[in-house]
Amino acid sequence: MEIRSQEFKKSAHIALHDAKLQRALGNLKAGFPGKRAAAVARLPEFDALRDQARDLKNHIIEHLDLYLEEFEKNVIAQGGTVHWCRTAEDARKTILEICRAQDAKTVTKGKSMVTEEIALNEYLEANGVTPVETDLGEYILQLRNDHPSHIVAPAIHLTLDDVAEAFHEHHKRPKSDDPAVLMQEAREMLRKQFVSADVGITGANFLIAETGSTIICTNEGNGDLTQTLPKTHIVVSSIEKVVPTLEDMTLFLRLLARSATGQEFTVYNTLSTGPRRQADRDGPENFHVVLVDNGRSDMVGTEFQEMLRCIRCSACMNHCPVYGAVGGQTYGWVYPGPMGSVLTPQMIGIENAGLLPNASTFCGKCEEVCPVRIPLPKLMRHWRDKEWEKHLTPAAARSGIGIWAFFAKRPALYRMLSWSSNLFLRLVGGKRGRIRKLPLAGGWTDFRDMPAPSGKTFMQQWQERKS
Amino acid sequence: MSRAEIFNRIRTGLRIGADDRQRQETVQQRLQARAANLIPQRAQLPQAACIQLFIEMAIESAAELIELRHRNELSAAVEHWLSENGISQLVLAREENLQNLDWSASSSLVREERVAQAGDEASLTNAFCGIAETGTLMLHSGPDSPTTLNFLPDNHLVALSASSIVGAYEEAWQQLRAASGGEMPRTVNMITGPSRSADIEQKLQMGAHGPRRLAIFLIRDE
Ligand code: SF4
Repeated sequence: MEIRSQEFKKSAHIALHDAKLQRALGNLKAGFPGKRAAAVARLPEFDALRDQARDLKNHIIEHLDLYLEEFEKNVIAQGGTVHWCRTAEDARKTILEICRAQDAKTVTKGKSMVTEEIALNEYLEANGVTPVETDLGEYILQLRNDHPSHIVAPAIHLTLDDVAEAFHEHHKRPKSDDPAVLMQEAREMLRKQFVSADVGITGANFLIAETGSTIICTNEGNGDLTQTLPKTHIVVSSIEKVVPTLEDMTLFLRLLARSATGQEFTVYNTLSTGPRRQADRDGPENFHVVLVDNGRSDMVGTEFQEMLRCIRCSACMNHCPVYGAVGGQTYGWVYPGPMGSVLTPQMIGIENAGLLPNASTFCGKCEEVCPVRIPLPKLMRHWRDKEWEKHLTPAAARSGIGIWAFFAKRPALYRMLSWSSNLFLRLVGGKRGRIRKLPLAGGWTDFRDMPAPSGKTFMQQWQERKS
Repeated sequence: MSRAEIFNRIRTGLRIGADDRQRQETVQQRLQARAANLIPQRAQLPQAACIQLFIEMAIESAAELIELRHRNELSAAVEHWLSENGISQLVLAREENLQNLDWSASSSLVREERVAQAGDEASLTNAFCGIAETGTLMLHSGPDSPTTLNFLPDNHLVALSASSIVGAYEEAWQQLRAASGGEMPRTVNMITGPSRSADIEQKLQMGAHGPRRLAIFLIRDE
């Protein structure tokens, strides 16, 4: 996927004026936050579970190498194979090799953000293997040559009409605008693919060290058909997803669906352990786990280590005012919203994603809802610091701050300037106390009024009260 | 190559010294203890209340629930459900608990014991247990319980003994370990309601790729 994170400002501007996108984003805002709140209210232990989940994740990261070794040992004991991939490139090659060894023509795929991260589809296609996305949202995107805008609801930026149009074009059937009919169409189309695919690729929500199992959590059942019917099942996941035991996995499962969609539990939680057993009559004959690092091990021991706790629930973006205003694609790469603003600079470099940690109002809502209590605003601030150190901050901001620093070091001048600008803004604001247009601040005043200062400057008030 | 590099980076990041025994012991202890974390109150109820909670939560998840007094009522109830829905074909698991059912009254029903195929209308399987906290069924693969039966057919019918219902997921893990001699079956399915998707404009539609309907036959007396 092409990286367009440095176009954030331009893309955001377009997104804010895109009426269709704004309508689609309305669906998100009207849905997820309310559903999550209701699910949380039904489980009095929710916050205590979050504390435990945070602590357990911290424990796992502190022992990450050992749990990964244990996981690998048990996958092998069950007849599976583990592949370690340091980079996205390594992972793509490894997966292609497995497909080639099976002489695979088509590959069905369950929903997996890690395969988006390593740009797997494009690579397979270029090498003669056809990937078929089977999650309804991902399937729609594949038909439209599009990319996910959300880590749980990938097609959230599209409207019913977009889907109807894409299906009409590709399925060659009369156009319908009934979601039930559209889903039925996708079900029929994909059924053939499930049965005829040579390889099935799924992601994993967790890797269980104790048993060497992987688990997927889905509502559609596509991931299950993907991994049960073909001869070979490849799990593509990342190293921080390991958990010690089934009991430990359970702690996260209690938080995941409630935080994500507000469901009590995802419809299908499926554990896969090795290939089919000797006497089994269905299931894959080969089981591969491809473990992707792609910058994660570099986060261990740094100020970004806490980000490795993320369980990809999407609560942070569902509650983010910036995400809600501009949508996921504006972030310009795979992971959007607050979690993306922390992860993306790590994975593609701060020089390619410096605008993301700045695209925040620092309202703190993301941290408030994160099931593993990741201090997302703090981590975004760390990236801002890094950006500053590397002199990547745009010249305008740098010189702006430079000018401010000049006055801040000269108190008398500073007071005079703030007194005069206070006066100026009050005059512009007039009786309404609101400013409609402000030179150099169109980015603000195009979408909302700027409140005019209502009284005296802080220093004036301070002086008056002191005396 | 990649493997060594990844482990090196993790160990460097964690600043691991020459003596790593303490960490290794901590990890082995945790893996062996398999201790439960916080279990919500909701999942810690007496058996009768667990069964009641299971019923409520399963219905909330859009599963259908048919209560039976004895297992010998199962075949008639399944037959009735199928004929009401105009279905004349059933694929069954070859499970012990589904053997010895009396199908003599359902002459028009075509029954087959096999794995599922595309186009199958309905399957009948037996749940390993039920989990009250969210109305969840646990099923697992084995020679007599192929996983395709749980996903390919349009309608999934599941027999569940009320006595197998537990409160919390943790109890189910303990039972699974006991039943499978410590070795995980290839596939363990936790199923909560029928398949669904909200990928089109966030409007929930039932019956995405898995079964459109999930009917649980809850058998009381066993
Ligand atoms: S950062 Fe927290 S809230 Fe956001 S996706 Fe990750 S776990 Fe969920």
